[in-house]
Parts: sequence; structure tokens; C-alpha cells
Amino acid sequence: MKTENQQNILLKYVLGLADDAVVMGHRLSEWCSNAPYLEEDIALGNIALDYIGRARMFYQYAAQIEGLGRSEDDLAYTRTEREFTNLLILELPIGDFAFTLVRQFFVDVFYVNYLKQLKDSKDETLAAIAAKAIKESRYHLKRSEPWITQLSLGTEESRQRVLNAIEELTSFVGELFEMTAIEETLCSEGIAVDRRALQPIWDNYVQQFLKTCDINFAPSQKLVVGGREGLHTEHLGHMLAEMQYLQRTYPGLSW
Amino acid sequence: MSHLEKLIPTLHPDYAERLKNRMQSPCQALWGILDNVVDPELPTVTIWNLGILQNIQWKNEQKNHYRVTITPTYSGCPAVETIQADIINALEKAGYTKVDVDVVLSPAWSTEMISPVGKKQLQQLRIAPPDPEDEVSCPICGSNNTQVISRFGSTACKALYQCSDCHEPFDYFKYFD
Repeated sequence: MKTENQQNILLKYVLGLADDAVVMGHRLSEWCSNAPYLEEDIALGNIALDYIGRARMFYQYAAQIEGLGRSEDDLAYTRTEREFTNLLILELPIGDFAFTLVRQFFVDVFYVNYLKQLKDSKDETLAAIAAKAIKESRYHLKRSEPWITQLSLGTEESRQRVLNAIEELTSFVGELFEMTAIEETLCSEGIAVDRRALQPIWDNYVQQFLKTCDINFAPSQKLVVGGREGLHTEHLGHMLAEMQYLQRTYPGLSW
Repeated sequence: MSHLEKLIPTLHPDYAERLKNRMQSPCQALWGILDNVVDPELPTVTIWNLGILQNIQWKNEQKNHYRVTITPTYSGCPAVETIQADIINALEKAGYTKVDVDVVLSPAWSTEMISPVGKKQLQQLRIAPPDPEDEVSCPICGSNNTQVISRFGSTACKALYQCSDCHEPFDYFKYFD
């Protein structure tokens, strides 16, 4: 039997993962009907769907741990900005196509490595979700990489846009590898992933890959953090206002 | 892969595991009924052949309450709820009213769970079946000279390809393991 405190810690951890997935999924879905051409529109919509599916699995598990009768929808649609604990890089607006793809590439490399560890978690539900999600992230990476190559080595303008995106994003990369206190605790129990240990793997992979695109990538010394404590950029509130509009206006409305 | 294994077609462990579940299940009649339930997005391929249907067991000792387990192809697959409802409807019609359909995440679905029959049926729908090396041959003319148009197609489980010989665009069922 888990103590109340242990349960609370696990709940926070799972909610963070759920918020990460729903925020990423929602951002990607904003491309729907706006992508450069039809196939890309479909691709971005499909990746969004993978993240929404992932969010549902994490929220369902969080609702079960919480045990207060709140549903997955309650957790996604009625928690406030300060209650959301997603990582900041995921909430940044979609920007232009290059920005969306560079972020996706960064995030894909992160998840491929993160989920690989979470797959071995002692928590069976987390391990099962990770085993499913990693297949999807591997596939996402297979798609974002050729795009980065094509845009970087394409026209002068497409290359410049990739470089701008990298510059804007680098200061948000560090947060991917910042451990919170609850993660440290869960990590020592074999449940959570040691994100700090993933940093050299990520840095090395991204650097090597960008080298093939004639880009010298230097990890940023700047570090913007706060997501896991509910301290967000100015963008998340606006995003949630849109995402949660229907349930806030007509509580409990269903299809 | 040894020379011998190449000559003798063997079942992939992911599919073999499902086949074992089916053969050892005490609820044989229900498997037969569910052989009529198809995937809503691939309406000639059954949920058994597509690898979604995992197991059927008794849920209680009285042996009158059943538990059907399915696994979604992709995390966000929107067809899961329809499939659950279709299973319950099919079994209800056959007189089995106490049925739970549970969605399980483990084992995670892989394209290797698709039965050999399912792969043939995909081909008949002009969808290229999954290939571990992503060597995709055109389901219309059979040419291996094909190229990817988009890594995502009409549903999460498919990619868009085009044949460079007959020029037809077609769906490829993504390899996923």
C-alpha cells in the first residue's frame, strides 16, 4: 500500500507527463488546415493525434491515482495555467514551419531517449505507456530529420529560418534536463527517468545531426525554467483559453 | 536470420503469442463471432487479422461473464471506441450479454501482430503491407521502384507512397515494432 505522500508524488509526476503531451498535441493541432500543403497538414495532424492519445493515457492514469472521481477530461480542461506543469519548450507558439519542425526535432530526440528509460520503469503502467509511445516518437523523428536537412540545405531563406528557430529554442532546451525534487525521489525508486543523464546523449545526437546540415550547434548557457512549478511563459494562458473554452463555457458538455 | 529460417516461413513471435492466446482460450465460440467484426477504417480486415483482438477469457467463476481484451494500434487511434461498441453489439446479438471490453496497453501493438491473412487482405485493398526494411512494393503493379510522398497518410497507421513505374499513388501500412 502506498502512503498518501508517495501517491501524491507519483500523481504530480504523471500529471507533468500528461500536461507535456496535451500541450504539444494542442500546439501541433493548430497547424490543421494551415500547413504548407495537404500531406504536411495530414502529417502534423497525425503527430498531434499521437500526442493527444499519449495525454489521454497519462491523464487516465493520473485520475486513477488521484482517486477523487475526476476524469481525464476534468484534468485537461478544468485545471488552470498555474496548475499545468508542462515543460516550457512545448508551450511556445507554433511560429513558422521551420520553428515547428526544429522544435519537433529537438523534442523527438528527447522523447526517443526519455521513453527508452521510462519503458523500464518499475511502475507498470508508466512502462506500458512508454513502450507504446516510443514507437511513435521514433517514427516522428524519422520524419522531422529529413525536414531539417531539407530546410537547412534548401534556399537561403529556409536555412535562415532554421537558424532563427534554433536560436530562439536553445535557451528552452536546458529545462528538458532539469530534475525536480519529486523526480529525484521517484528516480531513486526506479520509477522516474533521470533526465539529467540524458543531456549528453541529446547534445551529442543533435550536434552530430546538425553537422550534416552544415550547422554548428552550441548548447545554450542560458536556462529558462519554471514549467514543472507551474510558472509559464505568457503563451500558455492564451493557449489554454482556447483549448478549454468549450468546457469552461458549457461545463460537462459532451458529444 | 539463418539460411534455413529464410527458406521456411516462420510465425513472428508477436503473432504467435496471439495465436496461442486464441488456441488456449476456453471461449472458442466467441472468437468465431468476433471474426465478423472488422476495423472501421479497413472494412474488410477483421480485428483479429489486424492484431487488435488480443484475448477472450471468463471474467468470473460462474463462466457467464466475459472479458475481451484489445490493444489500440496507435495511442490516439479514434477507432477504439467504435471497435469496443462493435464487439459488444456482435456478442449481444449472439446472446452474450455480459461482456467487458478492456483496452490494454501491454503488449504494445506492432505490425507483426497482423496475421498472414491480414497482410494479404491489406494487399487486396491496394494497401502495401508493412515491411521491416520499409522496402515497399506497389500493390497495383508489384514494382519495387516506389517512393515516399508523405510519412503520414489517411490514418495514423499509413504512409503515402507513389509507384515510379505505374505512377499510381497508394497507401503503405507503416512498419511498427
